[in-house]
Amino acid sequence: MDFRLKALTKSIWVFHISTASCNNCDIEILDCITPRFDVERFGIQLIGSVRHADALLVTGVVNRKAAPLLKKVYAQAPKPCVVVAVGQCALSQNMFRFGYNCPEPLDKILPVDVYIPGCPPKPEAIIDGIVKLVNKVRQKK
Amino acid sequence: MSHKVVVPIGPYHPLQEEPEFFRLYVEGEKVVDIDIIIGYNHRGIEKLSEAKHFDQVAFLVERICGICSSSHPYAYVLAVEDILGGEAKVVPERALYIRTIIDEMQRIHSHLLWLGLAGHFIGYNTVWMWAWKYREPVLDMFEMITGNRNNYAMFKVGGIRRDIKEEDMPVLRKALDELVPAIDMFYGAVMDDPVIQARLKGVGVLTRQQAIDWCVLGPTARASGLNIDIRKDEPYGACDRLDWKLIVEKDGDIFAKTKVRILELYECVRMIRQCLDKMPKGSIDADIQDVPAGEGIGRVEAPRGECLHYVKTDGTNRPIRHKIRAPSFMNVASDKVSAVGGTISDATITLAAVDPCYCCTERVVVLDRKDSHKVMNGWDLIKLSQEKTDKIKEGLKNAAAK
Repeated sequence: MDFRLKALTKSIWVFHISTASCNNCDIEILDCITPRFDVERFGIQLIGSVRHADALLVTGVVNRKAAPLLKKVYAQAPKPCVVVAVGQCALSQNMFRFGYNCPEPLDKILPVDVYIPGCPPKPEAIIDGIVKLVNKVRQKK
Repeated sequence: MSHKVVVPIGPYHPLQEEPEFFRLYVEGEKVVDIDIIIGYNHRGIEKLSEAKHFDQVAFLVERICGICSSSHPYAYVLAVEDILGGEAKVVPERALYIRTIIDEMQRIHSHLLWLGLAGHFIGYNTVWMWAWKYREPVLDMFEMITGNRNNYAMFKVGGIRRDIKEEDMPVLRKALDELVPAIDMFYGAVMDDPVIQARLKGVGVLTRQQAIDWCVLGPTARASGLNIDIRKDEPYGACDRLDWKLIVEKDGDIFAKTKVRILELYECVRMIRQCLDKMPKGSIDADIQDVPAGEGIGRVEAPRGECLHYVKTDGTNRPIRHKIRAPSFMNVASDKVSAVGGTISDATITLAAVDPCYCCTERVVVLDRKDSHKVMNGWDLIKLSQEKTDKIKEGLKNAAAK
């Protein structure tokens, strides 16, 4: 296995981007690091700079003002970097699909590796998504 | 030497999450001006709402804000019921009480959430973890009653969607009983801790006159001595049938804002308990079929302040105009007076003290006005704030040692 890929399977550092979301997914992500779920046990950490990130967690429907910023942030992330779409808005634009300010779904803008559905997904679902991601990376060899 | 460096770490800031971009201008340590730029979270909900029928709009407005996800649908159904003749006339008695229970439970979870984040900003990560730990049982209650932890989908025009089952009530009561000692703990921790007092008292002051001038709402206004609360001024749900008091503080600083929010938690618990006691049996839905032409306004006291919805109908099955004003829109502007004049290390907590829904694109860029160098991003600010608390802690320790 490429050592850069191998690095992705342990102690994932996560940078959280919320484009135009309603906060619910963001709060559930924060919930993951608080005592009941506590993903820091596995070395998963929310970090402050995208330049240290192994994974990007994107929530919310991407609007016109956020889309260029999102591309910029992704360009700054060290590659390989996985993109996780959290919540229905990031997956399929939810009920904002026909909104004038939300032209494109997330996977037309960034290459998305994992989709976590739910409005909002429960913290268990988010953790499950990350576990599936790690297993997928491991199988790549 | 006007070499301009812009460090764009800011656009996405992983803690408090909403789309505002603050630009602080500093001279040395002092904040001299602040710019607030919004628009990163604009989704066109008002326009989308015109393409949905009355029952669907409640689901749409629920997704305006995830933290107050019962206030927006509540204000919307109040606006439609205003056209139909008023909430008290249309909605069955039991539904009124259940509406109030959901509304107050949401206030508990929102205030605990704020308390945690405020603790984090001043360097008390333990407060953050504890507050969010005690928030979990509230979310569990939501899951038990409504079926979801966050978007409850409880409100519909003319009633609510799900009843509270008899066997769920003792569980709810027990959860409330367990919550009260936790609130006691937070109250004691904030009132007794000299570091928190040194850190929050006299910081980010918004005087009574400034509060009136900047039209602030909710706990931000009540901490400045204004006794405004929609639950008292224009009661909705079962608020006017319950015994509870309005929490008002005079100082206007962040300490007062914290105190107002913690004391409000007690009132929320009291209100829910009374609702559970007084709740009559009966139907929960008036089964409204048609909405006549007209205009209606719904006002609800969200955890952050007054939330206003205006709905205009023409007799068809969808609104032809839907206007929404959320409280943070007014509160965030008041940062312009409360943060200016303070130090940068206090800026984070001052901006956070109004409990803005600033989530996704919070972008804090500090510019040094003298040579316009970009200095720091949001994380550096939090770090500065935490370092200041550590310094105060050290100082107190040294003083005690002497």
